[in-house]
Amino acid sequence: MSDVNAASKGRDAEFGDYFALLKPRVMSLVIFTAAVGLFVAPGVVHPLIAFASILFIAIGAGASGALNMWWDADIDEIMKRTANRPVPSGRVTAEDAKMLGLWLSALAVMMLALTANFIAAGLLAFTIFFYAVIYTMWLKRSTPQNIVIGGAAGAFPPMIGWAVATGGISVESILMFALIFIWTPPHFWALALFMNDDYSKAGVPMLPVTHGTRETRKQILIYTLLLLPVGPLLAFSSIGGPVFLGVTIVLNLLFLAGALRLYRRNDAAATGDKFAAERKFFRLSLIYLFVHFVALLAEAVLTRASLSLAGWPVWVG
Amino acid sequence: MMAIVREHELHQRRRKRNAILGLVLAAFVAMVFGITLVKMQNTRAAMSDAENSRPAQAEASE
Repeated sequence: MSDVNAASKGRDAEFGDYFALLKPRVMSLVIFTAAVGLFVAPGVVHPLIAFASILFIAIGAGASGALNMWWDADIDEIMKRTANRPVPSGRVTAEDAKMLGLWLSALAVMMLALTANFIAAGLLAFTIFFYAVIYTMWLKRSTPQNIVIGGAAGAFPPMIGWAVATGGISVESILMFALIFIWTPPHFWALALFMNDDYSKAGVPMLPVTHGTRETRKQILIYTLLLLPVGPLLAFSSIGGPVFLGVTIVLNLLFLAGALRLYRRNDAAATGDKFAAERKFFRLSLIYLFVHFVALLAEAVLTRASLSLAGWPVWVG
Repeated sequence: MMAIVREHELHQRRRKRNAILGLVLAAFVAMVFGITLVKMQNTRAAMSDAENSRPAQAEASE
């Protein structure tokens, strides 16, 4: 941006604005799940290689976020939740967001290939492509199933972390993928229930906009039921154990109770208490995923400290 | 009319942005250097393992 343009707009992009293009909050979840995927995998990775690999996975995820902000600048401007993002607020141009996204994607994939291996780099490249092209450019504006399929992009990081350590894919990494993949629809639909106005104004075909809130509540319950077996399956895999089993049982019961509560409610009750139950379920969903991965980490720490329960049955994998 | 000043607030902001970018790039270079050292170490360890196992294999085949 020239001095004249920058001065006339009264605001020149700061480093933080470019950083905001990478969606730091999403990136923190990516860093956490990728790190767990890497740490729970068999084998030993040098700490610097592990750190650099997670950093490149995070940069790749951030780059796809920048591409998302470039493509979605028009709808971000309409939605209250996203209107202050760097592109719609005019702090960064859409072209800059695109170039940052493209170059960081290339850098992250190339560096992950050199630092870890080509399987991990290939998975990262596919994740970026899936989020930027399949989800952002295609599904998001065309189908209410957008987040069901698009959720795969957010589910890949633990698989990539696992691939960094092992150089491959296994049942355990697929189960970690499944946990996030099936968790995504109830999580986002709960958000969509109380942010419905935003999505309808922007014309994004979220389920509550296209099929109504009754159907959305039903779908949240269906996906919650589908999610229930994933945790127990992980518990009886090589990365599970009694701690994880206990945690997953408690979290699944809470999540199911929350989903049933949403299913039994109607719009009158929801607007009456300003979507209290929906907001609570949304918060619970964040805790659900976070604590599941913390429990996996705990199992790995116990195993490495030789404190895990001997003879724990491994039926999966 | 506003006087033309050498140092506008805009320039200070840009200097800050460039300084942060410089630090990020320096950290990136340091990290690539570190990764190179680790990779070389691993390669050397793998090569010496292979060399050590060769006489043992030869003895076993005799």
